Amino acid sequence: MSQKNRLASGGRVDRAKALNFSYNGRQYPGFEGDTVASALLANGVDIVGRSFKYSRPRGIIAAGAEEPNAVLQVGSTEATQVPNVRATQQSLFNGLVCSATNGWPNADLDLMGYVGKVGGRMMPPGFYYKTFMYPQSLWETYEKFIRKAAGLGRSSTERDPDMYDKVNHHCDLMIVGAGPAGLAAALVAARSGARVILADEQSEFGGSLLDTRETLNGRPAAEWVATVVAELKQHPEVLLLPRSTVNGYHDHNFLTIHERCTDHLGDQAPAGQVRQRMHRVRANQVVLATGAHERPLVFGNNDVPGCMQAAAVSTYINRYAVVPGKELVLMTTNDHAYQAALDWHDAGRKVVAIVDTRQNPKGDRIDAARSRGLKIIAGSGVIEVQGSKRVTGVSIAPLNAAGDALAGSVERLSCDTVASSGGWSPVIHLSCHTGSRPEWRDDVIGFVPGKTVQKQHCAGGINGTYGLKAVLEEGARAGAAACEAAGFGDAAKGISLPLAEKVREGKAMALFHIPHTKPTSRAPKQFVDYQNDVTAAGIELATREGFESIEHVKRYTAMGFGTDQGKLGNINGMAVAAKSLNQTIPQTGTTIFRPNYTPVTFGAVAGRDCGALFDVNRFSAMHKWHVANGALFEDVGQWKRPWYFPQGGETMQQALDRECKATRESVGILDASTLGKIDIQGKDAREFLARVYTNAWAKLPVGKCRYGLMCGEDGMVFDDGVTSCLADNHFLMTTTTGGAARVLEWLELYHQTEWPELEVYFSSVTDHWATMTISGPNARKLLSELTDLDLDRDTFKFMDWRQGDVAGVPARVFRISFTGELSYEINVQANYGLHVWEKLFEHGAKYNLTPYGTETMHVLRAEKGFIIAGQDTDGSVTPIDLGMSWCVSNTKPFSYIGKRGMAREDCVRTDRKHLVGLKTRDPKVVIPEGAQAVNDPKQPIPMTMLGHVTSSYYSANLGHSVAMGFVRNGHNRMGETVFYPLADGRVIEAEICNPVFLDPKGERQNV
Amino acid sequence: MFYIYCPHCGEHREEEEFHAKGQAHLARPLDPDNCTDHEWGEYLYMRKNPRGLHHEIWIHATGCRKFFNMTRDTVSYEIKEVYKIGERPSVVAAS
Repeated sequence: MSQKNRLASGGRVDRAKALNFSYNGRQYPGFEGDTVASALLANGVDIVGRSFKYSRPRGIIAAGAEEPNAVLQVGSTEATQVPNVRATQQSLFNGLVCSATNGWPNADLDLMGYVGKVGGRMMPPGFYYKTFMYPQSLWETYEKFIRKAAGLGRSSTERDPDMYDKVNHHCDLMIVGAGPAGLAAALVAARSGARVILADEQSEFGGSLLDTRETLNGRPAAEWVATVVAELKQHPEVLLLPRSTVNGYHDHNFLTIHERCTDHLGDQAPAGQVRQRMHRVRANQVVLATGAHERPLVFGNNDVPGCMQAAAVSTYINRYAVVPGKELVLMTTNDHAYQAALDWHDAGRKVVAIVDTRQNPKGDRIDAARSRGLKIIAGSGVIEVQGSKRVTGVSIAPLNAAGDALAGSVERLSCDTVASSGGWSPVIHLSCHTGSRPEWRDDVIGFVPGKTVQKQHCAGGINGTYGLKAVLEEGARAGAAACEAAGFGDAAKGISLPLAEKVREGKAMALFHIPHTKPTSRAPKQFVDYQNDVTAAGIELATREGFESIEHVKRYTAMGFGTDQGKLGNINGMAVAAKSLNQTIPQTGTTIFRPNYTPVTFGAVAGRDCGALFDVNRFSAMHKWHVANGALFEDVGQWKRPWYFPQGGETMQQALDRECKATRESVGILDASTLGKIDIQGKDAREFLARVYTNAWAKLPVGKCRYGLMCGEDGMVFDDGVTSCLADNHFLMTTTTGGAARVLEWLELYHQTEWPELEVYFSSVTDHWATMTISGPNARKLLSELTDLDLDRDTFKFMDWRQGDVAGVPARVFRISFTGELSYEINVQANYGLHVWEKLFEHGAKYNLTPYGTETMHVLRAEKGFIIAGQDTDGSVTPIDLGMSWCVSNTKPFSYIGKRGMAREDCVRTDRKHLVGLKTRDPKVVIPEGAQAVNDPKQPIPMTMLGHVTSSYYSANLGHSVAMGFVRNGHNRMGETVFYPLADGRVIEAEICNPVFLDPKGERQNV
Repeated sequence: MFYIYCPHCGEHREEEEFHAKGQAHLARPLDPDNCTDHEWGEYLYMRKNPRGLHHEIWIHATGCRKFFNMTRDTVSYEIKEVYKIGERPSVVAAS
């Protein structure tokens, strides 16, 4: 197939390297050096998608990141699908497969387009809000339809086969953009010896110098680019990142760079290579040399394929040797855009007319156009385009001097391409990311970066500086200033800049919206934001409906939303809003651009932090044994804890029943290593404990353990655990598994900020110890076979701890119990954990020693009414609410944390929600956790809710279900009945009872 | 992403190593039991939310585990100074 729009020579494509690609199922040729966009234009493909709301055919408008329409779905296989790829930014490779994102059933024949044409008047701004909001129950149906119709691209349904990466940098200078300003700054900085990162979103450095026919030192500008890049590569402290978009500029000079390492090579990265990399840069100084985007003009049907930015026309001709049409009409408000017509003419195609909105344009480029015999129609504008799938002609009319009204009759011209230029908009997106408000400059006719607290320097187009000589000078100055600020001042001297051509330019006209013979509301659609289908009429309507703040206009019309972020349309939209509100643009203000500048893949954001590396996994010393013995695991914080150990074909409930019974009838074992352990030392350790726990610690002797509750200053329980006195100035605190880090930080907070006079030290020792709890009537017999400790019931009592040897290794043995059975918690150095665990099983076989996990632990403790902080508490319950007044001291001299909180008016009410036991009328029924209690299940909805069930299990030992939950005034309602109406219509009846279901006198743990 | 100087470590580190812990200079009443409910409620719950300079407590959580104070501009996110617990700020909002 021929590339009908490709020139025989010129450009930066390599004609020796022919490539093939597929677009919407058809094969096309292209060359190495093409973007998908330039290749599509070379092949004369006009339509690249359908518009978001009206489903109008759309073509390529731009040549860079600002392209709003050519947003493609790329990928030859399901696993390599990438949505939202700009055709103008995707380098062509052989075998590339892409398709238009919008359009159903396809972009060429689009059924939705019918709705767009017929329904145009029916789809004003705010249409979705106005139409689809009610009834709310149907919103999900509407949304599916809208999404399908809008076609926002789709992600792969399969696993991404590629590798992604992240890297952190620190540098002296981060230079964003490698156009003339960025290169000049980089050259200065590199020679100063500073550590420099230079990033540019394009495949090669040079920026506008790659598109231009201007010369430097009398030679093509690209030659100077090559020289500079060659020198920069020689500097060891300079990192050059092409194909790398600085997508975010965050606080304190932190920038993120999205590098596409292999996207230009194929669908999938070559073996062993990273596809994309996210660079996270902390820069001492930042130089923004991001340039400017050309602003198209707003006129009737300005979205018909064939309407383009004037600068994009030049870029396609000069860089890619593609002329995207046969007959050009150029409309411009400034001199620079004449270049598009000059390039078009010099490429051998016909320039129908240059329509200049200014009455009397003067300048070198105008002279150049005249000398080529091009027709210049001054003081006029293109008011409307003819054509639907491609431009067929334009209507032009004379304008008055201000450009806000027509001043003569309409004339028609035939053409297939309309280039327009309303001047340039500085690319200020990054400078806005840190919260800096941009400032309007009348001389620039655009917003430039405003005041900032970042260490930021701007150079070139971003400042509204467009002449090549001035841009180079500004770049060098910004580089030098940044070097000086970073401490490389002396070296940044003696740079000689290349000689640029002098181009005499006339003044540009501040014009954005071309008037029509009809009022805006009745004229053909005049698009402001192509990607979101926002028209000038829509913005005027929004202001008429009372949306005066530009931020509100934005949200009402969706202008500047989505992946586009208002790159082309924002300024035009503000100008239309300002005119409609009879304000100036600075009075109207601007919305703020947000990260990301262009879409970033999730792969690059995630890097290696996915799959097994998504989060840290913590394993106990006995983990291998649990895996070998068939444990299923539960995530508790970062820990993998055994959940239960099914045998044969057991169901979960069968496994739990067996584990629970074996423990109460003989002996079970739990890996409790994950409990938080904090070593506390110092002469004031005991005093400190008394201040952070609600109960008394003054008299706890060495060798004893005590349970404690920890509250916040509001009197609400937040953690619990057993603390043991190891020596007079030495304690071991245990915390919940999930609360370990929080408790340690809490202790440090009070020590460091409130009571620094106390001499006390805290250290986390959770990982130092392997902890195994044997529990059950045969626990003593089993342990006695492995230890030299005296286990006599009267010398090693409940709530004692002893130091001794277990299985031949030093151990701390705590006689504490979370099951209500005779229990020993054996702590050994973590490295010995597996050894001791296996020894216990060698000796435990005859006692049917049964391993159990967190679920059986929950059942056994619930049978005893023991709480789990975080399950039976939620930050709104006091120890009194839990029925644990025995754990609250009123006599301690220091007003411990939580004491005053518990005494507040609301906390001393006697009818708060109390934790109680719940015995179901039908003993086999287990109330779902979270179910809400009510007094009368027949009351109308919404019912008066009394509190929820926090813990609920079936107890094989008791032969009935056990539950705990909150019931308003529950402690005073023992024996009464409450009801639990469920979502499925069942109502469960339960009696309020003491939460201790088993062995209420606590005899089993004292044997 | 802040870049924070830890006054204990004497180095700048990434924000990921730190946690913010709320408003600084809130001394626990010396005699809580003699506070009225109102006074205790003020201590417990009432916090400033200034536009501009704010004094906060931070902890170098994955570093030295020490707390320190920070004066930060809540609009620009500039960190004006960091100083140790027990010290007073030298940068304060004009009253």
